[in-house]
Amino acid sequence: MIPAIWAWLTNPANWQGSDGIGARLTEHIGYSVAVVLIAAVVGIPLGLWVGHTGRGRWLVSAANAARAVPTLGLLFALALWVGPHIPGRAAFVVPSIIALVLLAIPPIVAGTYAGVEAVDPAVRDAARGVGMRSLQVLWRVEVPCGLPLIWSGIRSAVLQVIATATIAAYIGLGGLGRFLIDGLASGDYPRTAGGALLVCVLALLADTILAGIERVIVSPGISGRGARRSRGRQSEEMALAPGKPESPRSVVRATSA
Amino acid sequence: MTWLATNWRDVISLMGQHVWLAGLPLVIGLLLALPLGWAARRWRAAYPIVVTTSGLLYTVPSLALFILMPLILGTRILDPINVVAAMTVYTVALLVRSVADGLGSVPESVRAAATAMGYRGVRRFFAVDLPLSVPVLTAGLRVAAVSNVSIVSVASLIGVPQLGHLLTDGYNRAIQGELITGILACVLLALAFDLLIQVIGRALTPWTRTGGASADSGADSAREVAQAVRTAA
Repeated sequence: MIPAIWAWLTNPANWQGSDGIGARLTEHIGYSVAVVLIAAVVGIPLGLWVGHTGRGRWLVSAANAARAVPTLGLLFALALWVGPHIPGRAAFVVPSIIALVLLAIPPIVAGTYAGVEAVDPAVRDAARGVGMRSLQVLWRVEVPCGLPLIWSGIRSAVLQVIATATIAAYIGLGGLGRFLIDGLASGDYPRTAGGALLVCVLALLADTILAGIERVIVSPGISGRGARRSRGRQSEEMALAPGKPESPRSVVRATSA
Repeated sequence: MTWLATNWRDVISLMGQHVWLAGLPLVIGLLLALPLGWAARRWRAAYPIVVTTSGLLYTVPSLALFILMPLILGTRILDPINVVAAMTVYTVALLVRSVADGLGSVPESVRAAATAMGYRGVRRFFAVDLPLSVPVLTAGLRVAAVSNVSIVSVASLIGVPQLGHLLTDGYNRAIQGELITGILACVLLALAFDLLIQVIGRALTPWTRTGGASADSGADSAREVAQAVRTAA
């Protein structure tokens, strides 16, 4: 079976054309980037507002509770109810995009809120004490300090979107999911598995790139990377403590419960 | 409503399947995550490896994992084992971290006190460390349970029957009642799992409710030891 999958993946004919691997990969990346950008434009300000003012915490709880809704159900419901109201080819794309945006918002809101919320109150007081105004505290203290958690919310959202965009091929979205869904429908296992491998690679690459960006944008003072070199073992011990910026994901997950 | 009235038997049986496919991996996953998480705490070098590996496993999209499982296990594509195995992978990936962080949340003073009272090795792990990390573990399990219930429904795309079948079938045949029933049944099941884990978590940590001191605040470690050890004894 593995040689058959390899043959499918390495056959140049499968990479070309409007339904080839190249085009599908571009589509998948395009949809994912667009969806995460829209979700970030909505989710980050919301999370910042809730975290900064402490008001509207129910929004975060609601966003987390919404995770119990099965992604497959949300996709199908939107396709069934929104799809018929949209003309042409967009009838397949728009419901999927709406569903993906709705799925990407909760992790972004939860991560952003948790990041701002987790900032040491003493640091916040100090910022006010040196004369910063409310918005300055937000932009110059809370956002940089909360960035590891904010970013991990975005990372979860990206993974969620790449995975769910694959499933959305069932309701007519393009992208790599086509190989999985069409392959399953026609009993073509090499194509199905080849597509699945490509999706895995895409998800891993995306997460690795985002992890790389995180190293660049998070201040060494927050991530503790600068400190580790100079203080060695002691700071490593701090990094092992739960809830420190080194383990932002666990915090996002813990708060999502 | 009329759809549910005529098809409730099917819904019940599919829900049974769903409970099985989402619940069994939760139990197996926890049993696997305990030693792995413990090892990650025990040996410093193991922690980053465990965290990176579980992070990588978690990035694998669900539909892709369901499809690739037969290739790894040598099973048939329609075998429910594929789903159980895939869900176990996700559960372990989530819980290893919870276990490691949970064990890490046990204050050093508590551990020292337990050692002084004669608790050692395996006995200390089960009598002191593990019970005190239950709150963190519970939080991880709740996340895993809710996400398992949602992900299992995707398995209907590869033809493994559970509540997701109502979603796929409802969509394919445009039966709104069936689709809505499927969504509501999934949500209810996720909430039921969540509640059950919370109840078990509370039952296992009676000291968090006495005198308002919570186990992970680490405020009054002497009393914590006393209580943890007393309840374990």
